Amino acid sequence: MDSKLFPEGVQRCSFGQFMIWTLAVLAVFGWGLYAAVLVLYNGIGTTGLDNYFGFGLWITFDLAVIALGAGAFFTGLLKYILKIKQLEKIINLTVIVGFICYSGAMMVLCLDIGQPARSWFGYWHPNVHSMLTEVIFCITCYCTVLIIEFVPLVLEQKQLNKIPFIHALAHNMHINMALFAGIGAFLSTFHQGSLGGMYGVLIGRPYAFREGFFIWPWTFFLFVLSAVGSGPVFTVLVCTLMEKITGKKLVEFKVKALMGKIAGTMLCVYMFFKILDTWAWAEGYLPSVGLTFDQMFYGVAYGKWMFFTELVLCGLVPAIMLVVPAIRNRPGLLYTAAILDCVGVTINRYVFTVQTIAFPAMPFDKWYVYYPNWVEWASCAMIVAYGVLVISLSYRYLPVFPQETKLNYQTGE
Amino acid sequence: MQTKEFKIKWGMVIDIDKCTGCGACMVACQVENNIAPMTKKDPYNYVQSLTKDRDDASNKLKTLTWMNVYELSNGKAFPDHEVAYLPRPCMQCGNPACVPVCPVVATDKNEEGGIVSQIYPRCIGCRYCMAACPYHARYFNWWDPLWPEGMDKGLSPSVSVRPRGVVEKCNFCHGRFMKAKEEARINGEDPDNLPEGAYVPACVDICPTKAITFGDLNNPEHEVHKLAHGDNSFRLLEKLGLAPQVYYMSKREWVRKQGDNYIAGDDAHGTQGH
Ligand code: SF4
Ligand code: SF4
Repeated sequence: MDSKLFPEGVQRCSFGQFMIWTLAVLAVFGWGLYAAVLVLYNGIGTTGLDNYFGFGLWITFDLAVIALGAGAFFTGLLKYILKIKQLEKIINLTVIVGFICYSGAMMVLCLDIGQPARSWFGYWHPNVHSMLTEVIFCITCYCTVLIIEFVPLVLEQKQLNKIPFIHALAHNMHINMALFAGIGAFLSTFHQGSLGGMYGVLIGRPYAFREGFFIWPWTFFLFVLSAVGSGPVFTVLVCTLMEKITGKKLVEFKVKALMGKIAGTMLCVYMFFKILDTWAWAEGYLPSVGLTFDQMFYGVAYGKWMFFTELVLCGLVPAIMLVVPAIRNRPGLLYTAAILDCVGVTINRYVFTVQTIAFPAMPFDKWYVYYPNWVEWASCAMIVAYGVLVISLSYRYLPVFPQETKLNYQTGE
Repeated sequence: MQTKEFKIKWGMVIDIDKCTGCGACMVACQVENNIAPMTKKDPYNYVQSLTKDRDDASNKLKTLTWMNVYELSNGKAFPDHEVAYLPRPCMQCGNPACVPVCPVVATDKNEEGGIVSQIYPRCIGCRYCMAACPYHARYFNWWDPLWPEGMDKGLSPSVSVRPRGVVEKCNFCHGRFMKAKEEARINGEDPDNLPEGAYVPACVDICPTKAITFGDLNNPEHEVHKLAHGDNSFRLLEKLGLAPQVYYMSKREWVRKQGDNYIAGDDAHGTQGH
């Protein structure tokens, strides 16, 4: 029915099947939308947040998707600036994933701030000392860059591209993509860092506070590194999941392994510094304020198990798996490492958000455990559903995977 | 990191040994600063009534209590058990954790006297300052403020009420500060050189045991100056370096130790550091 809109030479499931899939996704989206309306209408009192936990699931979700969306800027940097040709086979997907992650994060932020109508104050009355100001600026600029990177792909839609003007426009945008990739890489590096900086400057929060380099605490650099160490493999996971669902091969394994290698290398660098940082924090900073390492952990929710899972099981282990070619080149192991890596960075964002403020800085205060309620879960699910929707539509109608025809419909070399 | 210095530095010294934990300061603060009581039902919001009730005052984590009284314990068993009460306003830190983080300069420490201000119409409600303040001195307006019928007549005209979605905190009853300066001007006195007692926050005013002393920490003539420099005085979390303008005093060593992250009865932590 809509086959005229498909990219050149590919097969897609029937329109009916696609509709069933879309409706299922829309159902989740609707549930989240209901929650979002409640939040906007009644205020964030409807959530599980409170005065102890001003930050919770939403911020964790934001930080995690932004880190995982880092595949876009980093792959763009490697492809357009360092000219690693191989990556063009997956670059479109990284841009889409990045776009979804960033726009999704911005939607969550709109729900999250108490006065959404004042969001623009961040530009109008900026506090140049606040890491959050930097985040606000970079994140909006970068989201714009991602839109600019996404548009040419949309313009390449078969029917649209028949219009000469659009064809020329898409072509010209492509030519200048290196410029945007450069700007994007710059912006993205900065706010990935500022997100880390946001926590590192919390002088009253011993779990997160770090000494620093110039105006940046160490966490600034650690966040950048952990994002580039996990973003690329997140794209690989998205790609693989799409292959499983559609039953087609979309990107050759070689490219995935290359992404794994890139992420793995960055992850190794990250782990090196992260371990140094943790050691300096536990041995230097904590004793200097009369605290011990053990005091930083509590119960199951904030236990040491999580600390070790983050650093060892979801840090060192995938780092080694990804840099050793023999392991990386086996699909099952590559995906396992990728999953561990992404879980690790998510735990990192969680502990920096929740554990940091759960720690009772005042000695007579006590630990509280934070549980997000359904409103927060639903609005996050809404963003995921939104992402699935964008990816499904893109996959069905846009030429996302240049290798698809070759890998699936042609026999022989 | 630098502590911001002012010629005048308004501050408090709270004598924990005098505080009985009666909570009068908390009540005075609520009334003085137009802090809305927490009500379960909002008769004007129909969507609300369709879904979930608002939180009432039983949810202590969503109430607004600019002044909060904490109970301290020495952790010992019965015959040796001791408690103390620690009232906690905003510390008006000299090196506030909350100010540099605010993306829109909704909170600032720039006024002579060193009080950390909070501009409600500018706050976007990102709650970054709440994450930053280790004293939990900042409070978010989770719900639209609502005064039960009749109660709105008791609102104080000199304090603005805050809408939903902004962060608020103790400002040493800034309205009273303004009033004291105005009175000084009217009487032909120097508004920047207020005598002791011309300006006192509501909690100080009401405290039945006179546990709280208020004044200019920089002025040797003021009682707080002397008390703050006394042997038994301390500040909360001194080591983190926020340099609060609120001091505490207690003759009991375990109280003083608890105030700065020494775990009572555990000297291991007390001997390290600088
Ligand atoms: S006590 Fe908290 S809110 Fe008050 S000035 Fe210090 S950091 Fe800011
Ligand atoms: S909640 Fe308001 S005062 Fe606090 S950091 Fe955000 S904008 Fe500033």
